[in-house]
Amino acid sequence: MREIVIISGKGGTGKTSVMASFSYLGGKDLVLADCDVDAADLHMLMQPRIETTADYFGGLKARIDSDHCKNCGLCKDVCRFDSISVKEGIHGVDAMVCEGCGYCQRVCPAEAISMHPEHVGDVYISQSRVGSSMVHARLNAGADNSGKLVSQVKSEAKRIAMELDRKMVLIDGSPGIGCPVISSLTGADYVVLVTEPTQAGLHDLERIYELIKSFNIPCGCIVNKFDINIKITRRIKAFMHTKGIEFIAKIPYDEGFTEAMTEGLTILEYDQNGISTILRNSWERIKVLTQG
Amino acid sequence: MNIAIASGKGGTGKTTLSTSLATFLSQTYEPVLVDLDVEEPNTGLLVRGDEVHAQDMFKLVPEWTGNCSLCGQCRDICNFNAVIQTGSSITILSDLCHSCHACSELCRESALPMVQERIGVLKRFRSAQLHRVESILDVGQDQATPLIAQTKDYVSEHFDDHFIKIYDCPPGTACAVVEAVKGADYVILVTEPTPFGLYDLKLAVELIRKMGLEFGVVVNRSGIGNDDVLKYCRDNWIPILAKIPNDRRIAEYHSEGTLISDGLQFLEGHLGAIENYLDLSVVAGAG
Repeated sequence: MREIVIISGKGGTGKTSVMASFSYLGGKDLVLADCDVDAADLHMLMQPRIETTADYFGGLKARIDSDHCKNCGLCKDVCRFDSISVKEGIHGVDAMVCEGCGYCQRVCPAEAISMHPEHVGDVYISQSRVGSSMVHARLNAGADNSGKLVSQVKSEAKRIAMELDRKMVLIDGSPGIGCPVISSLTGADYVVLVTEPTQAGLHDLERIYELIKSFNIPCGCIVNKFDINIKITRRIKAFMHTKGIEFIAKIPYDEGFTEAMTEGLTILEYDQNGISTILRNSWERIKVLTQG
Repeated sequence: MNIAIASGKGGTGKTTLSTSLATFLSQTYEPVLVDLDVEEPNTGLLVRGDEVHAQDMFKLVPEWTGNCSLCGQCRDICNFNAVIQTGSSITILSDLCHSCHACSELCRESALPMVQERIGVLKRFRSAQLHRVESILDVGQDQATPLIAQTKDYVSEHFDDHFIKIYDCPPGTACAVVEAVKGADYVILVTEPTPFGLYDLKLAVELIRKMGLEFGVVVNRSGIGNDDVLKYCRDNWIPILAKIPNDRRIAEYHSEGTLISDGLQFLEGHLGAIENYLDLSVVAGAG
């Protein structure tokens, strides 16, 4: 079983639209995992039918029992995250800021503080409209530990792939280079980078490549909207060439992506023009590259 | 005045708006543009300036002195599994450490003093009337939040309340965004009128409302997709500060990094509307 991650560094390059196209082409042979957990959009194009829902618990949060609290203020003194405040003489915890270290609990002389795992989202196991299994999640606004949720989504997807003997788990990653991205790269066999020819796209590509290199994962690249700036497209190609990154395809700027999304469709179903051919060829190429 | 520019979805035009708004306002005031998208900071690609300051940024992590009775308390205390005890040695996994200081301060033998570990670098730039501060996270560091918090501390120490501060925030709705928008006087959520844009906007609105902050929406690439974002804002009493039309010329200037220097005229009307809506001439006084 192979694990393929689609990421972009920069947001808004068309990563999820490309992911949805491959999901459509791969059909029921794939297991899909939406690991862009704080902006999970794949479900809008794959319209999954939810089969099971599991609770997701993030980190611990402190809770102060006001019946036992003597308002000595020691908890507030030790908290490095300013998560404890006093309102009308009562000490309380701002759960959105609490990191769950438990320092306050350990020093409270009245033993008035307890730690509780917080329910911050749900993990869904579904069947997508193209017949594949799909694991996705909803993270409550402002929740932390999105890296942990990414691991959970991925491990569910892998479990399903093993059970059903599917050969490939296709993962939609999040933008950036921080904890959710690092989590989605862990254990991956191949990375597909979706970028755009802007100064920002190139800059972010270079940074995400540094991260991928440290994981030693082979990768290929798709340049979306390449005709917005041919010069930067050439610089991206040169960058890939020097780094030994496979240039999989370039896709022209096309508002068909947005129009298809508005209809809840992948571009392959919406428009049978050149872009569909480019995406089909890309998918065939990725299958070859990842057979390993 | 602290203005945070955020969005649920990535790539909607946050950085375009923050850089163009800061540049536009610098014609009248002396604004400070702060890049808090520390994983992928891009404001520097769009506005130039002379570097006037640079400093390494650190987080504090415990370091074992090698001199203790191996009581195991530090390992038991750590809620993040960052302290490992094997045989007769203690190892700190600094990636997992949240710098809470509990193991260090509760150690009876003072065997775990906190030491600095570099997580990134902060730089400050100046061009004419525009100040810019950016922090960039070292590749491989996975916690953006402490760097965002320290960058905001640096800005408050060096620029008092008279300055209009514009914060370019990371995408999403997770903990890094909470840190970035915390304390903002106003949040501008940038979205695009598509189903993805709307879905992610709703999550961002939920977050900003939960945090009790005042906010409005800027619709970028107006004309693509459908009217659902406008309808959602109308139904939920959310002000729309500007609708920036979808224009391939803007995209081309932007791709080259010259939108601010050569293409600002495409945006000036919208930026002026935002300035008026927020009554910046009143809040900033003489700047």
